Amino acid sequence: MDATVTRTRSFANPFHAILLAFPVALYPSALLADITYLNSAEIQWTNFASWLIAGADFFAGIVLAWAVLGLFLGRARHARGRGMLYLVVVASMFVVGMFNALHHARDGWHSVGTAGLVMSIACTALAFAAAFLAYSGTVQSERSA
Amino acid sequence: MNRLFTLTPLILALAACQSESDPSLDQTGARPQLPAQNDALLPAMKIPTPKGWGGDLPTVPDGFTVAPIAKDLKIPRQMLLLPNGDLLVAEGSGGKAPKLRPKDVIAGVIKKRGKSSVKGGDRITLLRDTDGDGQTDLQTTFIDGLDAPYGLAFVDNTIYIANQGDLMSFPYTEGATQITSPGTEVTKLPSVVNHHWTKAMTASSDGSKLYVGIGSNSNVGERGMSVEEDRAVIWEIDRETGANRIFASGIRNPTALAINPSTNALWTVVNERDELGPQLVPDYLTSVREGGFYGWPYSYFGQTVDPRIRPQRPDLVKTAISPDYALGSHVAALGLSFATGGGLGGPFTEGAFVGQHGSWNRSDPSGYKVVFVPFRSGRPNGKPIDLATGFLKDGHARGRPVGVLFDAQRRALYVADDVSNTVWRIAPRQAAVSQQAASSRVNQ
Repeated sequence: MDATVTRTRSFANPFHAILLAFPVALYPSALLADITYLNSAEIQWTNFASWLIAGADFFAGIVLAWAVLGLFLGRARHARGRGMLYLVVVASMFVVGMFNALHHARDGWHSVGTAGLVMSIACTALAFAAAFLAYSGTVQSERSA
Repeated sequence: MNRLFTLTPLILALAACQSESDPSLDQTGARPQLPAQNDALLPAMKIPTPKGWGGDLPTVPDGFTVAPIAKDLKIPRQMLLLPNGDLLVAEGSGGKAPKLRPKDVIAGVIKKRGKSSVKGGDRITLLRDTDGDGQTDLQTTFIDGLDAPYGLAFVDNTIYIANQGDLMSFPYTEGATQITSPGTEVTKLPSVVNHHWTKAMTASSDGSKLYVGIGSNSNVGERGMSVEEDRAVIWEIDRETGANRIFASGIRNPTALAINPSTNALWTVVNERDELGPQLVPDYLTSVREGGFYGWPYSYFGQTVDPRIRPQRPDLVKTAISPDYALGSHVAALGLSFATGGGLGGPFTEGAFVGQHGSWNRSDPSGYKVVFVPFRSGRPNGKPIDLATGFLKDGHARGRPVGVLFDAQRRALYVADDVSNTVWRIAPRQAAVSQQAASSRVNQ
């Protein structure tokens, strides 16, 4: 008689979850730094935002690679729909983050301005969306035993 | 949906690219055409990497000769002629600006590719041509142990050297080939951060004052305005006491100073700001008005406001002086010397020689040559004329001109080149022939 065993696991494995924690923390921090710069014109805040975005982009890149591989090899292959959506969200976060890094490399007021602020808001929203997808719900897989 | 995903990054990438420069824009002379500002996400960069001359020479007009008179220098910058005809060459590389943003790290790596791998000499080299044949008979270290020396001046048997952080004086006896005394510090020079570290210098026509150019500590104030105190200014220093005051301000990076021989006024070449597009902002040549404000960082070429600096200062912009003569965008003018006593003759009789180190931040390189700006009655009059070209070949930099120095006695122009670590001598062919004849007679 065939028996199937159902395994229930979180969507993101713990290492993946740790990597995702960086964009979740750093993009909103960059947004706060941007807002402070626009309010104060104190240049150190945009320098600070530049580094925060660079750090967030670095981890976003790794998370993106994980999201792609996970769809075929990892846990997400048992939850393709959510895996695809997660991939799209993470990819968007990474792409917008890269453009935001270039934008923040401009000098003075133009390093933030309206476009920089909008991109920082977008990255923050996408990072939170990715976290909701990754940290809520579980993945069920079946194995025959 | 899918198509949207592939198109969006493409559109963004296109928007990010720098606009091409428009060759029909006239960017030299008193009223350069200034295009709209375009600080792209990815500024255009093209770094012509160094490559040897391989026996070639710079290109000079018909009727002129060019030859190296010193090789194997260690980053030659500015030069000074002593009364006995000896030529001094300042060698060094300064600057210790910390990398403030991820961008600084990346830009540093890229810009380094266009530079010589030789370490700056932190010294002054003496070149002596004993028999006047235009060739160096003695090349020796004149003063050693300096700190990125750049500006040089000679007044009253004293040699003044502007290091990146102080102004030193050394007593000189005619004919000396070496000075070993440690020298005397006339005054400290502003050296915090030293983003633009070169301290250009010249003496006033009566010899009582020294003028020192102190470049800004940033492109356009992106290190904060507190580090810009006493930056982007020209100092007037009392030679005897070292007392100093700001002579002119808002002058982003004055890289060479010289006295106009027909008016005795102070003139300078200035490197203007980057990252507003391939054709902004033109570097310039200008007389320096006492107490004048030349715009940086709030405006450029008079009253065109730079929106990147906040808070803005409309009160200062209102007072900004438009410089006398644009040299072209990103040409990086680093050398200035006036023709005297008939100059090199022909079109090079009255005016200023300008050494242009060359661009790195536009896709169509500019500069990389020595030009002559013709003057009449002490004012620029006409378009710049190429004197020495050929520094760029097949996308490589064989050399990059820095300081230029006109020698009226020998009717020659010396050009320091900090990529091939050479000093070039440009002279009218006629004079070269007659000098050779003269020296061969002496030898017989």
